[in-house]
Amino acid sequence: MSHHPIIQTEHLTFRYTTEEGAAPTVLDEVTLSIESGSFVAVLGHNGSGKSTLAKHMNAILLPSGGKVYVNGLDTTEEAHLLDIRRQVGMVFQNPDNQIVASVVEEDVAFAPENLGIPSAEIRQRVDQALATVGMSDYARHAPHLLSGGQKQRVAIAGVLAMRPRCIVLDEPTAMLDPVGRREVMSTIQALNRDEGITVVLITHHMDEAAQADRLIVMQGGQVAADAHPSQVFQNVDGLRAMGLEVPQPVALMYELRRHGLNVPLDALTVDDCVRALKLLLT
Amino acid sequence: MALKDITLGQFFPGNSPIHRLDPRAKLLAMVIYIIALFLARQFVTYAILLFVLACMIKVSTVRLKALLRGMKPVVFLLVFTAVLNAFYTPGTPLVSFWIFTITYQGLLHAFFMTVRILMLISCTFLLTYTTSPLSLTDGLESLLSPLKKIRVPVHELSMIMSIALRFIPTLIEETDKIMSAQRARGADFDSGHLIQKSKALIPLLVPLFISAFRRADELATAMECRCYHGGEGRTRMNQLHYQPKDGLFITGALTLCVCIGILSWFGL
Repeated sequence: MSHHPIIQTEHLTFRYTTEEGAAPTVLDEVTLSIESGSFVAVLGHNGSGKSTLAKHMNAILLPSGGKVYVNGLDTTEEAHLLDIRRQVGMVFQNPDNQIVASVVEEDVAFAPENLGIPSAEIRQRVDQALATVGMSDYARHAPHLLSGGQKQRVAIAGVLAMRPRCIVLDEPTAMLDPVGRREVMSTIQALNRDEGITVVLITHHMDEAAQADRLIVMQGGQVAADAHPSQVFQNVDGLRAMGLEVPQPVALMYELRRHGLNVPLDALTVDDCVRALKLLLT
Repeated sequence: MALKDITLGQFFPGNSPIHRLDPRAKLLAMVIYIIALFLARQFVTYAILLFVLACMIKVSTVRLKALLRGMKPVVFLLVFTAVLNAFYTPGTPLVSFWIFTITYQGLLHAFFMTVRILMLISCTFLLTYTTSPLSLTDGLESLLSPLKKIRVPVHELSMIMSIALRFIPTLIEETDKIMSAQRARGADFDSGHLIQKSKALIPLLVPLFISAFRRADELATAMECRCYHGGEGRTRMNQLHYQPKDGLFITGALTLCVCIGILSWFGL
């Protein structure tokens, strides 16, 4: 894993400009650096600015103050726009509203077509992207006949066909059933692990956030916490004060501790939890 | 109301020689055929055109029933033109009562007019039944691309068309959902006369429009994220290629059109 940053924000401030003038500040002096190859989760309550932050990462929104750099390129520079968007792909919440074509493979081909890539290479990229998300069998299907999880995987393939270095996913599982959520999460993990693609996952599901190797908690447009999930979730009271719940294993450990048992708080998964309890009981 | 039955540019997938033709060849041949149809005057020429059309339908494996079903909405128009033609063509009177006169020429005219409209519709249906909407859009874009020189936004128009086609099933599903939701609140879409029925549609249309605008907004952002920046410098994965058979098809259509033109010139 190389350690140079793919996305950097410096004192990033954003406020919507309304006609009345005074607009609420959505992002307030956010300074972050996301390392290439990492899996970062961004957690936050509604209105915490997490989606706004995501939209700054590929120049869909431009900062009102401060700077955002993608692989060293300033997002406010018009000339870099396509280059930035090719390197940082974005997947949104509603799969229906991001699929452009009436055939799966045509949709995956949309981005490389926009980039002016020769036909033969587009074909190759499309086949590869569909194979990566496990949707090769559905290449000639109509998107509206697929399940939510499948649609979202097609949307991810559509971004992969650009060969991005980083993928930003804005609550990709919010509209999916549990099966779809699992499909999408394992696809995301495989991308990060096997393809070495940097993943920024915006979410409000604690168990999804726990799978990342870095967790950023947003609150009122500022970074409230930024560490490994096992560390962030130890601050149970702090998170609850922000209106965020901790993953169930952590919540269990927290309750046990409150009742005087000496258990660690960094158990994120059920397995960790079982191990810690076994240790306590033997 | 069965919303799922709504069809626009209905397409029957298949693998007939007609299905496999280049969409541009089919479009051009259709235009040429329609010209020929307007050149035809008498029995012989109509018979030839009808024969050609019948052969095409046979080859295309499109079922005649499907073709006839598509004719239903135009029955009124057909009867209307036929009646008008029968009464208002001057010539040898056959039947006459009060101020109305039916002439021999009128009947003939009405007959030909009806046949012409029916054939016109059949041949356009043959095109949409055998060509997927997507390749039809591609074909149109490619055929109209010379118009880009006079600043006609050909790429944008075809993009709009293909996105519209993509969202038809999504919006139909949404309409079904909203209808169920409004029914659950006691909305009544099925009874009353026309005005009451159209008033009942308001609680359906307002949410549908709001959601469509929201979708459009999100889609635009998603397209921007995938580097969409208009038609300039855009390539295609599946490019259209003319093949010898497409050339042959167009030449055939042209020959037919010229022959019909000559025969009509001689009053056949």
